[in-house]
Amino acid sequence: MIDTQHIGLQLPTVRFEVEKGRLRFFAKATGETRPEYLDEAAAKAAGYRSLPAPPTFLMGADLDAGTMTALLDTLGVPIGRILHGEQSFTYHAPVCAGDALSVESKISDIYSKKNGALEFIVKDSLIKDAQGKTVVEARSVIVFRNPQEKSA
Amino acid sequence: MSAPCRDLVKVDQELPPLQLPRISRTTLALFAGSSGDHNPIHIDIDFAKAAGMPDVFAHGMLSMAYLGRFLTRWAPQMQLRQFAVRFAAITPVCAKLTCTGKVAEIIQRNGEVLARLDIGVVDDKGEVKLAGEALVALA
Repeated sequence: MIDTQHIGLQLPTVRFEVEKGRLRFFAKATGETRPEYLDEAAAKAAGYRSLPAPPTFLMGADLDAGTMTALLDTLGVPIGRILHGEQSFTYHAPVCAGDALSVESKISDIYSKKNGALEFIVKDSLIKDAQGKTVVEARSVIVFRNPQEKSA
Repeated sequence: MSAPCRDLVKVDQELPPLQLPRISRTTLALFAGSSGDHNPIHIDIDFAKAAGMPDVFAHGMLSMAYLGRFLTRWAPQMQLRQFAVRFAAITPVCAKLTCTGKVAEIIQRNGEVLARLDIGVVDDKGEVKLAGEALVALA
């Protein structure tokens, strides 16, 4: 069982700069070929300040910073046993290349289902711009499968 | 591309589906690198087998990224207000996915008219991999 005393745990704030090269790499990996996601002039013509970060791109902030790996270590969860259960984003303002963001995350819930065969970790994040305004809210639900078995 | 017009968007209207090419191991490697999700369960078959899986499987966020492409083809990304999914089943490597969606209702919120879309990702056997919803502001 994951110790529920971790509910409320505030994770270290992550700084994340949205880079054009990374956005183009993400576009390549996801089959995105539309010019506003690849070419700055086309992005500006479409009304963006620069290349827009696609809707799910900001997941990379916590991942790059190793926040998720450190969290799993803290909770005693082996990475080979997790699945992504749910993900949501609420958008307040566009995020574009050049933006310097900070991500503030906390563990808002830990619970189990199926007599403990599955455990759930809920992480809520506020993604803020350089002025401290929240531009995106994100919620991740991570599933830990078969927690009673010896680690993989 | 302009935002869908409230006068033209109707409940039950289907969005044009987005068919994706078969998911290759190369796709998973590129997505691992570009997304920042380096969990070896998606890129290293030895690790996946040791963890009790038959093979590597796709990142859930790859399918959600495809759904993001699907949504932003229907409406410019700056119209997207909310995007939520539940991952219903593992997507094995070599799966062939399609994104689908339809208008579930039209609502008003914060002075905007929004389409609430039911969206999903299915494989070529019809198995639902992701299901969720999105809120898109209409013009």
